[in-house]
Amino acid sequence: MMRRDDAIRTLARQRGDAIVFAVYNAAFDLRRVAPNPLNLYSAGAMGQASSQALGLALGMPERKIILLDGDGSLLMNLGSLVTIASVAPTNVVHFVCENGCYEANGAHPIPGRGRVSFAGMARGAGYPHVFEFDELDRFTAEVPRILLLAGPVFATLKLVPGDPSPLDYAYINSREIRREFKAALKAGGEGRSS
Amino acid sequence: MASEPGPRGAEIMFALREAKVEFVAALPDIWTSAGLLWPLSQNQDFRLIRVCKEDEGISVCAGLNLCDRRAVMMMQNTGFLDSINAIRAIAVEFGEPICMLVGLLQKEPDRPPNRSESYGVRIVEPILDAMGIDHICIEDSADVALLAPAIDRAYANSRPLVALIGRQVRP
Repeated sequence: MMRRDDAIRTLARQRGDAIVFAVYNAAFDLRRVAPNPLNLYSAGAMGQASSQALGLALGMPERKIILLDGDGSLLMNLGSLVTIASVAPTNVVHFVCENGCYEANGAHPIPGRGRVSFAGMARGAGYPHVFEFDELDRFTAEVPRILLLAGPVFATLKLVPGDPSPLDYAYINSREIRREFKAALKAGGEGRSS
Repeated sequence: MASEPGPRGAEIMFALREAKVEFVAALPDIWTSAGLLWPLSQNQDFRLIRVCKEDEGISVCAGLNLCDRRAVMMMQNTGFLDSINAIRAIAVEFGEPICMLVGLLQKEPDRPPNRSESYGVRIVEPILDAMGIDHICIEDSADVALLAPAIDRAYANSRPLVALIGRQVRP
């Protein structure tokens, strides 16, 4: 099983000028290990990150949008798999960090833990490229190819937490973070360092 | 109020163009289906995104706003009620100018929304007031003139807007 912070480091090395949108603990890890003005963080608003990522992808079709979704988050917005596959933006790479629990809310297990297949659901929804990774070496080898595919691409990352990250909910839920992100986009990616 | 027929879909589309709206996220609402959503689906001026659930549409609009692209979400009052948490978080607390066209299914033509016999209609305006959300009500063609300025106001102030559609939209 991969550590989440290691997987995020791997992804960050290959991202280029892509936007990386992460929720909950993936957001805290991303901010700690790979800060970038083109990172967007959120608590997700009950699974809404995937739909916000679709809006970003439609608004900026020339830019790669990498989403680090949560398994509990995606379960709250499963219809978004069908919507994204239907709209079929070629610039979306939708990762789901599968840790099998609501880590931010006491680590209670998600329904279907260990049985539900997020990759299977994405395939059934119509994503043309679907992957599943549980080893860092294989993920590291495949990331460059995944990021070059015409999407939407879906990949489950079976993970365990890595080193703890500061849980700054006030920051990731702030209006400022979105204003800074917009400013970074307008500046071509320069600006905020966190 | 009762003597005037409902607004025309073409008038609403004109107002959306005037407000520089490019994208429309939607779930079907029988109040706006024939008069607005079907014509809009065939109009090259708009990119229609059909979503599975209304809160998805709220979020799609938010993502578009992050890249300065204007959008509206079309839904029925039932979908609005189902999306309250997404609207609370994304539109109100994150300060995103989410603009929503909300059909008030079965609102009586001779009554304002908050005096409707329908519970699902009657509670919508008090909820919007409690959430501090700007809202207008479109009952007839004259009311459509309110729409573009209200959308501009939402984007200028980074605050959400709900345009209640109080009558069936005519083709």
